[in-house]
Amino acid sequence: MAQMRYREALRAALREELRRDERVVLLGEDIGVFGGAFKVTEGLLEEFGERRVRDTPISENTIVGVGVGAAMTGLRPVVELMTINFSLLAFDQIVNHAAAIRYMFGGQVSVPLVIRMPQGAGHQLGPTHSHCLEAMFLHVPGLLVAVPATPADAKGLLKSAIRDDNPVIFIEHESLYGVRGEVPGGEDALVHFGRARVCREGSDVTIVGVSRMALTAERAAATLADDHRVQAEVIDPRTLRPLDLDTILASVRKTNRCVIVEEGWPHGGVAANLAALIAEHAFDDLDAPVARVSGADVPMPYFKPLEDIAYPHEAQIVRAALATLGMAPEPVPDSTAGRAA
Amino acid sequence: MGTLPEPDVAREWLATMTLIRRFEERAGEMYARAKIGGFLHLSIGEEAAIVGSARALREGDYLVSTYRSHGHALVRGTPPENVMAELFGRVDGCCGGHGGSMHMFDLQRRFMGGYGIVGGNLPIAAGIGFACDYRCSEDAVLCTLGDGASNQGTFGETMNLAALWRLPVVFLVTNNQFGMGTSVERHSAVTELRVKGEGFGVPGLRCDGMDVHDTCIVVSEALQKARSERQPMLVEAVTYRFRGHSMADPEQYRTREQVEQWRKRDPLTVFGERLQAAGLLDEAEMQRIDADALARVDAAVAFAEDSPFPEPASLYDDVYAIGEQVHGWYSLDTTRSHDHAADAPAGRPEQASSNDEIPQQLTQALAAGEDGYNPPRESA
Repeated sequence: MAQMRYREALRAALREELRRDERVVLLGEDIGVFGGAFKVTEGLLEEFGERRVRDTPISENTIVGVGVGAAMTGLRPVVELMTINFSLLAFDQIVNHAAAIRYMFGGQVSVPLVIRMPQGAGHQLGPTHSHCLEAMFLHVPGLLVAVPATPADAKGLLKSAIRDDNPVIFIEHESLYGVRGEVPGGEDALVHFGRARVCREGSDVTIVGVSRMALTAERAAATLADDHRVQAEVIDPRTLRPLDLDTILASVRKTNRCVIVEEGWPHGGVAANLAALIAEHAFDDLDAPVARVSGADVPMPYFKPLEDIAYPHEAQIVRAALATLGMAPEPVPDSTAGRAA
Repeated sequence: MGTLPEPDVAREWLATMTLIRRFEERAGEMYARAKIGGFLHLSIGEEAAIVGSARALREGDYLVSTYRSHGHALVRGTPPENVMAELFGRVDGCCGGHGGSMHMFDLQRRFMGGYGIVGGNLPIAAGIGFACDYRCSEDAVLCTLGDGASNQGTFGETMNLAALWRLPVVFLVTNNQFGMGTSVERHSAVTELRVKGEGFGVPGLRCDGMDVHDTCIVVSEALQKARSERQPMLVEAVTYRFRGHSMADPEQYRTREQVEQWRKRDPLTVFGERLQAAGLLDEAEMQRIDADALARVDAAVAFAEDSPFPEPASLYDDVYAIGEQVHGWYSLDTTRSHDHAADAPAGRPEQASSNDEIPQQLTQALAAGEDGYNPPRESA
C-alpha cells in the first residue's frame, strides 16, 4: 500500500493502463502541455508522447464523438472533460451515440470508451462549473457510471473502466483531488464495478453516500456514535451503474432505516431512485420512511456562504439519521438548506 | 462530364444504382403496406452520389452514413435480404431489428452505420479516421452528410479537428437542396457548400451528384489527398431527391415543376443512355439489369417476410457488452424486482465483441499544484 492523493491515484491508473495496452489513448482539453486542468494527467505527455496523449480543441461533443469512433474501431480512448457541466455539450454523443451504438447496431460493435469528468461544489465557481449530475447519466441504459470517493477506488475503478468493453462515465470530485489515502499497488489491483464498499459497520441506520458524500457520511456516522450513541452503517456504492443493490438492501434489512446522501439536485436524483428501489424491495423491513439529504434545488450560487448551504454537510446527515430513529434532532444553527426530506 | 469508366465497371455501377432504386421503390411500397414502421427516408434520385462515391473506396476503407442509409449498406455489399429484414424489424435484419431504417450497420463490410442525429456521425467519422491514423494504416474514411448537417455545430468542430490532426477523412455533402423541407437558400447563408470547410482548413471540391462517374472521379481525388497527404477534404455532390424527405412528406416546399426538371436528369437514365450511346450496353442488357435488380428485391422481401420477429426475451440483448463487470442485463436493471443481481440466473452467453475484426496491429489554472485543492471544511 502506498499513500497517494486522489489525483495521483488517477494518474497512476492512466499510466499503468497506457503502458499495459497500446490501444489506450488519452484525449482532452489541456491534458498534455498544460498537464490537465486539475493536473491529473501531468507528466503523461512527456512519458507517452503526443500520439498517445492528445490535447484537443475546445469541442466537447466532437472530442467525445472522436472517442466513440475510435472505440468502435479498436482503440480504448479515455476522454477528459474539464467539468461535468461541460459534458452537457457532449450529451448527444454520450446518450444518442456512445450508449446506443452497441444496441442499435445489433451487437456488432462495442464502444470501450471512458469519459472522465470532475463534479462538485465548494470552490465558488458558480452555476456552470459546480454541479453534480450523476443522476443524468444514471438515467441512461448502455452507460456504466462510476463515482469514486477514495484514492484507492479512483485508481481501481479507473483501471476497470479502461479494461471494460462498455462506455463508462467516470465521475471524479473536484474537492477530492488533493485527498490522500492508501492505494494498493500492483498492475492488476482492480476495483470491480457493481460492488459497494461498506465504509463503516453499524446496526441502527444505514447511510448511503454518493461520491464525496460517502466521506461526509462517514464523518456524520462518527458524530452519531460519539454524540448520540447511534451506530450508523455507511455504504459507498462506488458505481451507480451497475448498482450493488444487494449490499444496500442487506444493510437496510439489518438496520431498518436508511438515509441517502447526494450532492446533486433532489428531483429525479440518485437518492430518489434508490429510495424507490428500497421501497420496492424492502418495504416491510423499514421502520421509518427512507430519508434523502440532497443538494439544494437551485443552480449553484457563487457567494461562499450561499454555496456552503447549497450542498449537504455533516449536520444535515446527522439530523436526518436521528429523525429516522425518532430521536430529537439538534437544531442546526447555520442553515436550512441541504435539506433533509 | 460524359466520360465513362471501363465497361465492366460501368455495368456494375448501373446495376448497383438500379438495385438501390428498385430496393427503395419496393421499400416505399412495403411501408405503405405497413410492413415497415417508423420513418423511411428514400434515396431515390441520389443513387449516383451513393455509388460514385462508394466506388472510390478501397475495400479496407470505412463508410459512415446518415439516416438515409439503405443505399450505403447495399453499395457496400450488405445483402438486400438483410437490409429489407432490418426494415421489417426481423431477427435477420443487419442490426437484428434494433436499428431500423435510420440505423443500418455492417461491420464486416466496414459500413460504419447510419445515424439518426443530423451531424452526429461527423465526430464519429473523425474518430474512425483517428484510429486509422493511430495504427499507421492506409485506410481512409468517407463520411456522408446532408446539406442541412453543414449547419450543425459538429460540422465546424469536426472540420477543425480533422484538419488540425490531419485525419484521412473525406466528407461528402450530399446536397439534395433541402434540409428536410427547408431549401438550401433558406437554411445556409453560404449556398456553395463546398467552401464551408475551407475556413477550418478543409479544402472543398464539387461534383455533379447526378453523374456517377464524375462523382467517382472527384471523390477519388479527394480520397487520394486524404490518404496520401493526410489532407481531409470536403466534396459537395449536387443532387436531388425525387421523393419526399420521408414517407410522411406532402412536399409543400417545392414545386412539381422543379421535381420534373430534376427528374429529366435521372442518374440511372442518363448513365444508361450514355452506356448505350457508347455501345457498351444494348436495350436487352438494360432490361436484364433491371430484371435482375427486381428479382433480388423480390427475394429480399420474401426473405424478410420469412424471417422471425425478435423474441420479447431479446429486449435486453446487446445493451451492454457482457464481461467481468456486467454479468448480464439484470446486473444493470435494478428496477426489475424479480430479477436483480442476487437471484438472476447465469447470464446470457456472451456475444463476441466484433471489434476484433479490426486488425490489432498495435502491438487550469484551477489547480495550483498538488496542494491546490483542499477539501472544504464540512464539519461545523
